[in-house]
Amino acid sequence: MDAQVHPHADAHGAHAHSPHLQHHFDSLEQQFDSGKLGMWLFLATEVLLFAGLFCAYSVYRANHPEIFIYAHQFLDKFWGAVNTGILIASSLTMAWAVRCSQIGKQTGLVICLCLTLLGGVGFLCVKYVEYKAKWEHGLLWASQYNPSHHGEGHDEAAAGDGHEDHSEAPDPSAAHAATPPAEAAAADPAAVTPTVIMTTSAGVVVERSKILPAAMGPMELAPDTTGHDLHGKEPQNVQTFFSIYFMMTGLHGVHVIIGMLAIAWVLIRSLKGHFSPAYFTPVDLVGLYWHLVDLIWIYLFPLLYLIH
Amino acid sequence: MATQTSTIPAGGLAGARDSAEKNYLNESKGILSWLTTLDHKRIGVMYLICILGAFFLGGMSAVLLRTEHLSGTPNLMEADAYNKLFTLHGAVMIFLFIIPGIPAALGNFVLPIMLGAKDVAFPRLNLCSWYLWVIGAVCALLSLLLGGFDTGWTFYTPYSTSSPFQGVIPIVTGAFILGFSSIFTGLNFIVTIHKLRAPGMGWFKMPLFLWGLYSTALIQVLATPVLGITLLLLIVERALGVGIFDPALGGDPVLFQHFFWFYSHPAVYIMIVPAMGVISELISVFSRKHIFSYQFIAYSSIAIAAFGFIVWGHHMFTSGQSELMNTIFSLLTFSVAIPSAIKVFNWTATMYKGSIVFKTPQLYALSFLFLFGIGGLTGLFLATLSTDIHLHDTYFVVAHFHYVMFGGTVIAFLGALHYWWPKMFGKMYNENWGRVACLLIFIGFNMTFFTQFAMGSQGMPRRYFNYTEGYTTYHVVSTIGSYIMAVGFFVIAGYLYYSLIRGRKAPDNPWGGASLEWQTSSPPPVENFKKDPIVGDPYDFSNLKYDPAIGGYVRVDAQGVAS
Repeated sequence: MDAQVHPHADAHGAHAHSPHLQHHFDSLEQQFDSGKLGMWLFLATEVLLFAGLFCAYSVYRANHPEIFIYAHQFLDKFWGAVNTGILIASSLTMAWAVRCSQIGKQTGLVICLCLTLLGGVGFLCVKYVEYKAKWEHGLLWASQYNPSHHGEGHDEAAAGDGHEDHSEAPDPSAAHAATPPAEAAAADPAAVTPTVIMTTSAGVVVERSKILPAAMGPMELAPDTTGHDLHGKEPQNVQTFFSIYFMMTGLHGVHVIIGMLAIAWVLIRSLKGHFSPAYFTPVDLVGLYWHLVDLIWIYLFPLLYLIH
Repeated sequence: MATQTSTIPAGGLAGARDSAEKNYLNESKGILSWLTTLDHKRIGVMYLICILGAFFLGGMSAVLLRTEHLSGTPNLMEADAYNKLFTLHGAVMIFLFIIPGIPAALGNFVLPIMLGAKDVAFPRLNLCSWYLWVIGAVCALLSLLLGGFDTGWTFYTPYSTSSPFQGVIPIVTGAFILGFSSIFTGLNFIVTIHKLRAPGMGWFKMPLFLWGLYSTALIQVLATPVLGITLLLLIVERALGVGIFDPALGGDPVLFQHFFWFYSHPAVYIMIVPAMGVISELISVFSRKHIFSYQFIAYSSIAIAAFGFIVWGHHMFTSGQSELMNTIFSLLTFSVAIPSAIKVFNWTATMYKGSIVFKTPQLYALSFLFLFGIGGLTGLFLATLSTDIHLHDTYFVVAHFHYVMFGGTVIAFLGALHYWWPKMFGKMYNENWGRVACLLIFIGFNMTFFTQFAMGSQGMPRRYFNYTEGYTTYHVVSTIGSYIMAVGFFVIAGYLYYSLIRGRKAPDNPWGGASLEWQTSSPPPVENFKKDPIVGDPYDFSNLKYDPAIGGYVRVDAQGVAS
């Protein structure tokens, strides 16, 4: 790893250098400690990055619990649980890989890293299956939210036939029009919606002047659908749930991909035999990152999938 | 990686020409050796060049804005152009200049040297920060080419989601990338200060500038990620219509304001805390007196960083927050005045009975005390709920934050630039021209912004294109002041450039500073120190004596013999 040796290393290195010791550190231990502190700080920034989304989640869930209770049933608990299991298992193999590198077990290190990588691939495959189902059923973020096939969309979910009233497919030419709130208003005069959320002329920009009164206002002004049974009418602004769902899982998915790239990098280096009990910092740091990615999912799963 | 292989001539590399001994400037040549360097000093210099470019762009747009306001009718531009220009001014000054200004440019240069270290903990990450800055700047320019952006630097929704101009996504992306640049710099500094202090360099033997940088780095690391997610959401909002902030899609625009200010208020302290660190250095060195109450100044930096996180709501006093929240945020905002005042009083006490030397850096330090005093105290009017209702979104606010940001941070940046200029480039600038420029800027600044307090308190709203006749005098005086300031900056640019070519060679310790950077040569060698520096009290000047022969200070032992 010649890139790690600074050309000026000779100028002030009286003591024997490990090839992995950079010039501005006095000892490998100092270098390792610095790397570790740096990684923990970086993980703190990652937590704070997600904290923004968790905060948005909390605000919307506190103000509009009915949206979350209604919409979470369209998420697939089974696949969510499978993915949780996959990630926890991959965290185990990652920890095992770190241990292997610490005690110098080359083969074990390579195997464990491969298994971890495989876990990442598995996670993404499951995520693909889930996203595809959402896509097909129009359960997307706000501007694309168009739940045309509710009834068929969630056989696995606990929901009953209560959604069938929305499930008759709307006119395909109006694919982008968000019709359910209008239907809801028509069907239930008590849920007052003086303006339709969005009027879009096929595929063009959303008209922005029609702000829903009180929908986002103080809680007590919002139509109270809390405690309504699940099979009742669809509450307003269900799209917000899917916006948050896609942002959280999407950002997490990006982190999984970054983590997999990092693991692949460490895997290549370990195949080249770079690591030894004297130098295993990259394995350790990538391991920390992977555990964080895992940990975030462990929070996402119950918050999004297991609301009831 | 700095390689010796490149043969591209270095051009007019400052200080490299006539300096016989090897230093970081002439150690390797060619533009590639700079672009691939891992040396914190070179990265600091590259930052300096870039942020000065950004400062020029932001400054020129400010002068154009002021010129437009010479009368209440359109002079130079139409309303849309005006909106774009003030947005550009704000975004460039905040994200490209003032946030990286002191930490990334000057801090990068002096932090490892002050610690007695050879480099920052992660040199490659450091270079990566610089490249991220450059990419962020390119995004900003790109957004100008794509039609600009008129949202104000705060990118409030729904302005930013419904603005017809296509520059919004590039500039927000740019700010997002600049955030990572800032995070990586902060992370690097924290680890460096924790792990790379020279033997004997305890926490309370560090120069106070490092306490300032450390507090700043904490804010950078803990607040910037929240801006990151906010801007990311905004990009997705505008590109895909994700509907978290956009009221037309069921989102909450005030949530954006909370997210934005959760970062951007602490960011105000990212800007001012390193400036305060600079002032601690300048006041002590140029008063030839030990800093008064070291520990209080050190802890007050941390206190400002901590308080900074819990006051963001004062930006939303008129956005429909509950009265309870307004009251709490108002109270907490007042509390920031405590650590700030601790610093100001300690600086004043440091000067008391000191032998004050009116060199250019000290003039900037004194200007800082005056201007920051005004800026800080007018902040209390805005923290007070009843007066804020009247002053909110008026020129009073503009004047207040310019007194803090410009009168505080930029003035301290200029002081620091003059203080470390001889160390960075090994050249002395013309002291008299330095004083003249400082005076021009001080006068011009007060003309520009003090009038804005007056017109703001009389109701002139900020960001307005036109105004009624009653405000004409104020606006004209303000504009003339901005011209005087601009002249001052061109004078600075002139004599600093001249010093690089013709300047007298700088001694190792021209000001008699006791922190470690003055123990190495000017400019420093690549490895920072030829021999291990002596770590002592950074504010003990008793063993430094002026030597007229070299025009600088030398270290003497107890008998007064040079050692």
